[in-house]
Amino acid sequence: MNYYVRRIGQAIVTLFSVITITFVLYRLMPGGPLDIMRQQMIQEAVQQGQDVNVEQVNRMIELRTNVDPQQPVYQAYAEYMINIVVYQDFGESIWRGEPVFDILFRAMPWSIFVSIYGLLIGFTLNILLGAVMAYKEGSRFDAVASIGATFLNSVPYYVGAILMLSFLGFQFGWFPTRGRYDPATVEGFNLPFMLSVLHHSALPIASTIIVGFGGTALSMRGNCIRVMGQNYLRVARLRGLSDNRIAIRYVGRNAILPLYTSFMIGIAAIFSSSIIMEQIFTYPGIGWYTFEALSQRDYPLLMGLLIFFSTITVIGIMIADLTYGLIDPRAGTSDRESY
Amino acid sequence: MDNETQSETRTDGGETPDFLTGMSESSSVTTKRERFGRTIDRYFLTQARIAWTDWRTRFGIVVLGLFIFTGTVGVQIVPESSMNEAETYMTWFQSWEYPLGTDNMGRPIHKQLVHATPAMLKMGLAGAIFAAGVAVVVGTLAGYKGGVVDYALMLVSDVLMVIPGLPLVIVLAAIWQPSGPFEVGVILAIDSWPGLARTIRSQVLTLREESYVEAARSMGVSTRSILQSDIVPQLMPYVLINSAQAARGVIFASVALYFLGFLSPSEANWGSMMNDAYATGGALSNPARAAHWLYPPMGALILLSFALVLLSQGLDKVFNPRLRARHSKTVDDSEDLPNQ
Repeated sequence: MNYYVRRIGQAIVTLFSVITITFVLYRLMPGGPLDIMRQQMIQEAVQQGQDVNVEQVNRMIELRTNVDPQQPVYQAYAEYMINIVVYQDFGESIWRGEPVFDILFRAMPWSIFVSIYGLLIGFTLNILLGAVMAYKEGSRFDAVASIGATFLNSVPYYVGAILMLSFLGFQFGWFPTRGRYDPATVEGFNLPFMLSVLHHSALPIASTIIVGFGGTALSMRGNCIRVMGQNYLRVARLRGLSDNRIAIRYVGRNAILPLYTSFMIGIAAIFSSSIIMEQIFTYPGIGWYTFEALSQRDYPLLMGLLIFFSTITVIGIMIADLTYGLIDPRAGTSDRESY
Repeated sequence: MDNETQSETRTDGGETPDFLTGMSESSSVTTKRERFGRTIDRYFLTQARIAWTDWRTRFGIVVLGLFIFTGTVGVQIVPESSMNEAETYMTWFQSWEYPLGTDNMGRPIHKQLVHATPAMLKMGLAGAIFAAGVAVVVGTLAGYKGGVVDYALMLVSDVLMVIPGLPLVIVLAAIWQPSGPFEVGVILAIDSWPGLARTIRSQVLTLREESYVEAARSMGVSTRSILQSDIVPQLMPYVLINSAQAARGVIFASVALYFLGFLSPSEANWGSMMNDAYATGGALSNPARAAHWLYPPMGALILLSFALVLLSQGLDKVFNPRLRARHSKTVDDSEDLPNQ
């Protein structure tokens, strides 16, 4: 069978298993969305000093959510999958009463904007730092930068986010502390709005860069040093190739190759970390809604978000696998004997 | 060093040298006790000796040792904090009795920090053991067996790798309702073994083609003992280094979840301290009041993870085989390093 067909098939099987497993897991969570909603409605009524009519509350919930709690899991699962595959319908959020897709599309651009910029800037900085460290191996700069990178690598990203928010946001007031843009600006293609978006996203992007910062630089440094000891580099020098060509084509390319896969997988890690990040920065993106859906037990929204997360990850890893052979011609796809 | 090792070598006299017969399981020359002593020397003392020469491991071991000391002895020395023990919202360095100040209910912060340490260490330990154990079993089995077994095991680890880690852990924690720190550690590690299993598998793929593995297989040695005695020992250094990283990951994740309030704290915990300082104390918008409450647990977390990272970097050096032979007492120097 063709390798590409098999790899794509494998991706589909993985995605399908992920959806199945998480669907079952989410249903197993104690305290369903109806329980939480019932609790809140009763609490509200008590706070307003009204009499609590449990039957009325139950009827209201059933009307609002259109969920039958008595339905067994497998039946719910079959219905859910049919709705997705046949009608492309991800259902309605129980808590917000809106179609899941609307919420997803509203939140997605913001998260993708922050994540992609954070990942790209972070990766570029890391690779440059790692290369310079390797080039000056053994110098004082190398020693200091190595310790610095190790230290940054051991600072959790949320601690970095809290520190930045605390100092740059609250104490110095250089950056806004919440939201995606200034509500006073008009949404659209105009300069004040875009500047305000940039201003609001600076801190989230900066703390996304911290995710895994240092780690990549250290592996880049290690890879570069390993490549620089190879014989073919001496040959290249003897052939009189220019230093730039050697640095970019010979050292750079071979040192970055092993990082390629980790870059693709890093996309998944960044989306996962956005749950905490967007909570800290009050930045309503995908992670923000995931947090809300998790605490409200909002199954349809949660499943929609999860399918979004998993699809991006599966596609990322698959692209990394499929294109690796193109980037690195040495990597073969040979079949192995099984014992 | 030379005299010592050489005199030891001479005690072997004319008999077959230990290092030759020691390889086979059915050796009659070396007693079990000797072999045990040698295993200890080769796999533990030697490593410790080399480890100490690198400042990274030295720093890691000392700091980790301090944390363990705090978690075991420190808990006995420092009494547990109680409410209204002192004024509320005292900042740090106001008095000798409460160097790190107090929280909104007058509980001294340094006492809370100390009493949270055992739980953090237990979580890290449980997570590291669980992640490394599962990864070794899955990775070696998949890599060695190949075929359907490989496909099935890799599908499982792929699926776990693809499910976003944090939501999965939150959901599992909601279902299982973990009570002790060990259980929390295991749940949090569920997310961290697949990556390790994958790298172990790819290393096994090259190991399985080695001639000694092929010899064992053609002799009819069972898969289980090939994996146990030929494959896994080769991977141990790698696994050890990565379990230090796994411990760090588990501690990160647990503090994050307690900070967000997804896990309900049963005892003092750095994450829940941060959550209290952040939500109740308003440490960000009112740093003068509660910043001293938020920063100490963050500092402890960074220090612990820095120690773990340095330890794993140092261990990486320890397992350089050429260095190892020079420090080992049971390896015959004249054989391994003819120049000395």
